[in-house]
Amino acid sequence: MREITYLEAVREAMVQEMRVNNDVFLMGEDIGIYGGPFGLTKGMIEEFGPERVRNTPISESALTGSAVGAALMGMRPIVELQFSDFITVAMDNIVNQAAKIRYMFGGKGKVPIVVRTPSGSGVGFAAQHSQSLEAWFTHVPGLKVVQPSTPYDAKGLLRAAIEDDNPVLFYEHKLLYGLKGEVPEESYSIPLGKADVKREGSDITIVATSIMVQRALEAAKLLEAQGISVEVVDPRTLFPLDEETIVNSVKKTGRVIVVYEAVKRGGFGAEIASLIAESEAFDYLDAPIIRLGGAAVPIPYNTILEQKAVPQIDDIVKAAQSILNKVTV
Amino acid sequence: MEKTVKSTLSNKEEMLELLHQMQVIRTFEEQVEKLFQAGEIGGTMHLCIGQEASAVGACSVLERKDKIITTHRGHGHSIAKGMDIGRMMAELLGRETGYCHGKGGSMHIADLDVGHLGANGIVGAGLPIATGAALASKMKDLGYVVVCFFGDGATNEGAFHEALNLASIWDLPVVFICENNQYGMSGSVKEMINIEHIATRATSYGIPGKLIDGNDIIQVMETVQEAVERARRGEGPTLIEAETYRWRGHSRSDARKYRTREEEAFWRKNRDPIALFKNKLIVEGIITEEDFAHLVEQVQKEVNDAVEFARNSPMPSIDSLENDVYA
Ligand SMILES: Cc1ncc(C[n+]2csc(CCOP(=O)(O)OP(=O)(O)O)c2C)c(N)n1
Ligand SMILES: [Mg+2]
Repeated sequence: MREITYLEAVREAMVQEMRVNNDVFLMGEDIGIYGGPFGLTKGMIEEFGPERVRNTPISESALTGSAVGAALMGMRPIVELQFSDFITVAMDNIVNQAAKIRYMFGGKGKVPIVVRTPSGSGVGFAAQHSQSLEAWFTHVPGLKVVQPSTPYDAKGLLRAAIEDDNPVLFYEHKLLYGLKGEVPEESYSIPLGKADVKREGSDITIVATSIMVQRALEAAKLLEAQGISVEVVDPRTLFPLDEETIVNSVKKTGRVIVVYEAVKRGGFGAEIASLIAESEAFDYLDAPIIRLGGAAVPIPYNTILEQKAVPQIDDIVKAAQSILNKVTV
Repeated sequence: MEKTVKSTLSNKEEMLELLHQMQVIRTFEEQVEKLFQAGEIGGTMHLCIGQEASAVGACSVLERKDKIITTHRGHGHSIAKGMDIGRMMAELLGRETGYCHGKGGSMHIADLDVGHLGANGIVGAGLPIATGAALASKMKDLGYVVVCFFGDGATNEGAFHEALNLASIWDLPVVFICENNQYGMSGSVKEMINIEHIATRATSYGIPGKLIDGNDIIQVMETVQEAVERARRGEGPTLIEAETYRWRGHSRSDARKYRTREEEAFWRKNRDPIALFKNKLIVEGIITEEDFAHLVEQVQKEVNDAVEFARNSPMPSIDSLENDVYA
């Protein structure tokens, strides 16, 4: 099959949806001829024109809020925020408005917006351009949160997000933009709320999100050489969350490591760990659940410190080795 | 005590110092660009080459106790406020000796000791903070004025409007300097703002709005001086729009498709703030070409020393990762 990058997959999903649905349009800063800070929207204004690829002033609040209004009146806007950190400037529109309108209005009206934005560290952009704040939004009823880890998932999940009648936060990852993978040319959709077992194994389950899926897969290869069989489960969407796939995997392996880039404290991995502890998989656990997350620090500029601040392949390998020694049978 | 801009003008020493600072900014950034291209500096960088006059002009009329706050494009302001280029370069190289021990980098460089309240990675975020710093000055009668630098693009953020209004109703000692370099990242002022001059926005908040040639350092000095005096007298904020142009792309990779090479050439040829000032000083007989040539040579040495210092500095220790999260 044809291979394209994660970045191209995101673009292709938008382009294909915009071709078939005139209500879908894109708003964001520098998404016109500049192509966005990562070149993701390159070529889109040429195809769809400035009416549907709307280059906005630097006004995250107004642009997200106007997406809410347009969505309520029948449009299906996609908002691009250049870096997910800037979501703080758009917060009211997402949290107090988009998320709550339908419920507050007694079940009338809907707000089908997608807020697409790259998160994560690893490129030396420091504290205000590197965060992973996705857990915040899983805490807000009314929002859906998606975190694709491969080009294939990015394309299919984005179509599902655009077609969804609810506000969806679509978290891309800067370090994944260049990742290549097989992606069908035709349009397809991956349902929100369906996890994917990225690798099957029998000794340990690693539940990982976003870039950590790729790191977990790398770690699994190294562990395989040591005779350790790792299963990697990628929830793909944090809400809705496919609890069943996670629980079944843990029942099979009896050991689980949850890996995420966000600050460990209060990160979404805590939710995953608790749901496992509350589930029937609890009885199958042969060792305490391990959570690997980011250090409780703003992301530092210096690359050595930056790498140290979030889980790396080596940390996953070590955690796997340690969970096997902690057998409590 | 207050020196006037006119009296400064005739003083060769002081004039050379202004020229020297502008040249340091330019050479420093040219060096940063080279190190970035060579991979010695990571992340991203935003160069202010072509905008040196507003930084140096504005800071030259400040007292040491006065504060500034800047943006992602803040190397010039930092140098003009008195930061050491060796420690700045060390920060860009992520070293322990850098102003932020390598944790901040270019977008977060700061030095409270010289009254520099930080660059900022969030467009528009500096304005409310500057307003608050001015509030502290007023509440505790500390006598300092805050100068807040930001770009044209930032004036489309809510933070700009809210801060100007607040500073106005409380008569706070803050001077808002908008460096209108004609573009945000790619969005031109003409496309993104439906009025001709950003300075006009001051009217909405009942404060003076001044439009000046930001590449004419004397105009910058005179206008900022007046605004600073007004602020110090307790009469409140001023909005200054300094028209200028960024010569380089927005950041590390920018094909500059949103503007023409002719436009760039026009600004470089006719509106180079350093050349304009240098020529003025030569015409008025205050300095000679030789003085300038000597100065350029001197500045190159200083910048080389800064690089040397940075390169020889250690990386921060891994153990420092979790230091300084809380006070
Ligand atoms: C809240 C926020 N939105 C967007 C950005 C991305 N960004 C960084 S600089 C920039 C352009 C800023 O333009 P302007 O204010 O004119 O300053 P200039 O870069 O021209 O100095 C943009 C869009 C950001 N850093 N913060
Ligand atoms: Mg600008």
